[in-house]
Amino acid sequence: MIKHLRSAADLDAATATLILDTAAEMAALSGREVKKLPALRGRTVVNLFYEDSTRTRISFEAAAKRLSADVINFSAKGSSVSKGESLKDTALTLQAMGADAVVIRHPASGAPHRLANWVEGSVVNAGDGTHEHPTQALLDAYTMRSRLGRLDGLRVAIVGDVLHSRVARSNVLLLTTLGAQVTVVGPPTLIPLNVAAALSASTKVSYDLDSVIPDSDVVMMLRVQTERMQDSYFPSSREYSRRYGLDLRRMKQMQEHAIVMHPGPMNRGMEIAPEVADSPRSTIVEQVANGVSVRMAVLYLLLGGK
Amino acid sequence: MAYLLKGVSILGAAPVDLYIEKGVISGKPVDGATVVDATGLIALPGLVDVHTHLREPGREDAETVETGSRAAALGGYTAVCAMANTSPVADTAGVVEQVWRLGREAGLVDVQPIGAVTVGLAGKQMAELGAMATSAANVRIFSDDGFCVADPKLMRRALEYVKAFDGVIAQHAEEPRLTEGAQMHEGEVSTRLGLTGWPAVAEEAIIARDVLLAEHVGSRLHVCHVSTAGSVEVLRQAKARGVRVTAEVTPHHLLLTDELAAGYDPVFKVNPPLRTASDVAALRQAVLDGVIDVVATDHAPHAVQDKECEWSYARPGMLGLETALPIVLSVFGPQWDLIADRMSIAPARIAGLDGHGGDLTQAGTPANLTLVDPAASWVVDPAGLASRSRNTPYAGMTLPGRIVATFLRGEATVLDGKVAK
Ligand SMILES: [Zn+2]
Repeated sequence: MIKHLRSAADLDAATATLILDTAAEMAALSGREVKKLPALRGRTVVNLFYEDSTRTRISFEAAAKRLSADVINFSAKGSSVSKGESLKDTALTLQAMGADAVVIRHPASGAPHRLANWVEGSVVNAGDGTHEHPTQALLDAYTMRSRLGRLDGLRVAIVGDVLHSRVARSNVLLLTTLGAQVTVVGPPTLIPLNVAAALSASTKVSYDLDSVIPDSDVVMMLRVQTERMQDSYFPSSREYSRRYGLDLRRMKQMQEHAIVMHPGPMNRGMEIAPEVADSPRSTIVEQVANGVSVRMAVLYLLLGGK
Repeated sequence: MAYLLKGVSILGAAPVDLYIEKGVISGKPVDGATVVDATGLIALPGLVDVHTHLREPGREDAETVETGSRAAALGGYTAVCAMANTSPVADTAGVVEQVWRLGREAGLVDVQPIGAVTVGLAGKQMAELGAMATSAANVRIFSDDGFCVADPKLMRRALEYVKAFDGVIAQHAEEPRLTEGAQMHEGEVSTRLGLTGWPAVAEEAIIARDVLLAEHVGSRLHVCHVSTAGSVEVLRQAKARGVRVTAEVTPHHLLLTDELAAGYDPVFKVNPPLRTASDVAALRQAVLDGVIDVVATDHAPHAVQDKECEWSYARPGMLGLETALPIVLSVFGPQWDLIADRMSIAPARIAGLDGHGGDLTQAGTPANLTLVDPAASWVVDPAGLASRSRNTPYAGMTLPGRIVATFLRGEATVLDGKVAK
């Protein structure tokens, strides 16, 4: 088993599949009356969050607690972190506390890589800057597999601000590792110039959502921040949602079995219409539930739980 | 003191006995000269760096004029041009004279201050360039390095203004709107790492503009740390047209690539950023062709806390003085005439440093020179460097060429690879 999960590129197909299979077992166990497993009793998991992300933190916290780990939440607010303590000094503190795993959320890309130099425990990337969010990709893959029964050969469209999206990067890497065919879709300003060469050779690029939708098994909409408008990535929210938003008209072009995903939080009316988000095709609520199972599997496997 | 450099090879020529007396190369034997066994050693004119950050005044925790001078002498340098982005900024006669005086006091290399082009490097108002030129520091190179003189009108005026005292504007070519938040070269690696890209065109667009401005007003332009193949092409065309432009490249841009960012270790973060292997190849060819005139270090010391952090929060820059010649030697091999020209003769000419970059075979040439053992190799140990900072990207690398001795106006600043005073 790998020691750290800093990037979806840390996972080969066998390891990724093992995590998804383990997550399925976790989900089955969690479904029973006894929600707590003793697997990580006596182990310490630290949630080190430099960004507000209640959803992700709670998901990791629930995952660790269901495995009976001791959880320490170390958030940027009201701690030494906000007083300008360096990441290295914080890391040495966590090391002294005997952290077996540090789950880190950080606004700087690569912070988990830096952290891994300074702690002995496992490092789990819970989102770093505009780089990656590998457990989100795992839970997305898990959700696709449970809904559609497979990942190999699946055609997945990832739509929106790919340039700034850590979810997109991790998903492209993981899904192509697992045999899916990924197309990234968005305005050219928000698609990196060399996405296939950089991430995965089989990745396709399209600037035309309408031509991609009918062929897709999965349409994954990314959150688009309206501030990108000020930076001339696109002219207005209205034009954005007209060209790249998933509305009812576009949803009707999807195949019968195809699903709609969104990592949240959504801008309803911007990249996704409310009727689409709430439709039976939408997996958005399942994604949240699956997040806990997948994170249980990650912690369990990284920490070699028994 | 007089010296006899016994059996020295000047730029790779047959061994000779070279006498130094009263600060110059002596044409005849000198009685009582201290003998330096120079068997197997190459004599180069003392190296001249047109791009050094000495950090004093303001960041003496990272480097001082004295520690930087030691690093320079150990690297074979006899003159360094100190960049203006200190605190306070070297934008007045008072600050450039302070730096100049500190250099004299250290006495290991000639420290030639560079003056800021604009007040506080803010890019708004021209600094008192004339006052700096006529000060004791005798400033000839002006640069806002660290920042680009982005305003085209201000750049034009600065280029014109310094003609009155044969000055030159050294431009840090970086269109600031194209590099907002930039962290590394924009390319495959930046896409993979999720770091905001610094596109090559941000450098090339400014160089293209500036060569046209320099051509229009008939002024001299110097381009700092050229880093892309596209910039080389712009310069090649400008030079072919007769534009008075010179250009420098750093040793790290001749050797290292953006792939090194993969581990997010900010020791590889530098501005302009490390580029691709094809840029490196084009830069090497440009040095051979003379499209690039100078190898300059852009020696940029940084305190530990400014590098031992997240990539995005780290300051850009690398140490360079003590490794420049070995890197150039490893890239180009023992092409001594080329090395002497790009690292001593041409930079001395650009900086107007008379007495440096002289012909060591001529009696009367100021004895500014360095002796290199090309057969020796050494492993770069950050803790063993004379610089106050440790941010070398070459830690653990084995480099060819050991600097054995350096002489400044006939006085040894380095002997047996150690600072002599
Ligand atoms: Zn610069």
